[in-house]
Amino acid sequence: MNKMRNEEHRRYDRMVKALTPNSNYIQGYLRAFWVGGVICTIGQLISLWGEKGLGLSESSAAMLTSVILIFLGTTLTGIGVYDDIGHYAGAGSIVPITGFANSIAAPAIEFKREGLILGVGAKLFVIAGPVLVYGIASSIVVGVIYWLIGRLAG
Amino acid sequence: MKQTLLFKNRVAVRARASIVGKKEGAGPLGGRFDVVLDDDLLGQKSWELAESEMLRRAACLCLERGGLDVSALELITAGDLINQLMPSSLMARSLGRPFLGLYGACSTFAEGALIGGAMVEGGFRKNALCAASSHFCTAERQFRFPLELGTQRPPAAQWTATAAGAMLVDREKAPAQARLTHGTIGRVVDFEVTDANHMGAAMAPAVADTIQAHFIDTARDFSDYDRIITGDLGYIGRNLLKELLVQRGVEIDDEKLVDCGASLFYQEQDVHAGGSGCGCVAAVTCAVALDNLEKRAWKRVLVIGSGALMSTTSAQQGESIPGVAHAVALEVDE
Repeated sequence: MNKMRNEEHRRYDRMVKALTPNSNYIQGYLRAFWVGGVICTIGQLISLWGEKGLGLSESSAAMLTSVILIFLGTTLTGIGVYDDIGHYAGAGSIVPITGFANSIAAPAIEFKREGLILGVGAKLFVIAGPVLVYGIASSIVVGVIYWLIGRLAG
Repeated sequence: MKQTLLFKNRVAVRARASIVGKKEGAGPLGGRFDVVLDDDLLGQKSWELAESEMLRRAACLCLERGGLDVSALELITAGDLINQLMPSSLMARSLGRPFLGLYGACSTFAEGALIGGAMVEGGFRKNALCAASSHFCTAERQFRFPLELGTQRPPAAQWTATAAGAMLVDREKAPAQARLTHGTIGRVVDFEVTDANHMGAAMAPAVADTIQAHFIDTARDFSDYDRIITGDLGYIGRNLLKELLVQRGVEIDDEKLVDCGASLFYQEQDVHAGGSGCGCVAAVTCAVALDNLEKRAWKRVLVIGSGALMSTTSAQQGESIPGVAHAVALEVDE
């Protein structure tokens, strides 16, 4: 009986797949590519301006770039534009640092009504939290590997 | 009758009311709802309070239309999608009448009509107000992401409608808008769909199960109804339901099978697979089905509310989505 039921579920699963349209991947790739590219180009221009125009060091220019892009990302989230960009571009606007800013600013706006501590404070990293946890954890692992290779090679 | 209640006294539908949000008002059924909101926040300080206020307005409008003073109301059955039924409970707090809060996801309105109808039929209550609501913004923040987060929705995702519907039933013999004749209580059916973005697929087997049970119990079929109204399977779920019914040997009439979620929006409104939410089937039933019965454009309809009974916890623990569907048969008053 159990086995038969599972067979019925498998058949249903095939039927669902057959009747569900797929996302338009090509269109998605193109949109993500051009929007993500534009955001990164803006970042590169800021970085060049910092280095050449303001005479900053490479690391200071990179910091300036991050600060400006995060400012833009949060501002566009605050005025309700970034979700529309994300709806259009998908990963193109999620992956760059502006997307990271969006993932922090959006919960801050959403959970303001639950108060500054249990709302904003507790929910601020609800989207970005997992990215941070695994981003930092993997950077430690990579750092150890890098150190080991340096020792062995050197 | 294994799953079906027969209301021999034919419970009277005395009044109805429907309220929808701006986007729903811009859809193909926009002109048929009683109220189209111009502010989805309704002047409240949170989305949950806004949903509650929308539900309260629908309930009060319905009572007003039925000429019933709040103090004479004997039962409220209501539900929504939000944790611990915050919108419904706050609505019931302000009305101050006996209240049964129900969670059946999008099946709530049908579930409430079943219970309210049974209470009235059984003589336990003289009247009952059956209501349900959903709000895009409350559902998004509870089940998905913050509103301003820049994400994309997959093609099978449905759009939670901002809507509320209320229906007043009683035992009076006076001519009514429609009569409630049967209610079929659904079983929980789970075909192991785990994609929370594909609720139509999760619910379609439950709907097929309930339709079949209703037909067997009542010895009726599609030809006995002017419309079989499901809520809310969306475009994809509706196609799945047709396939499932055909596989089970139920003869279907494509013209008669309509889905609230698939009717509420234009496809250009970017709602992917269509509308969903307790309020969608409640508002569409009140605004379209009951209206057409009152005008006698239709003689008899079967309304099937279907709910995807997942919670945020069950989804995170990898459980598949249990579906349930309840049906109520409505017909013209003769």
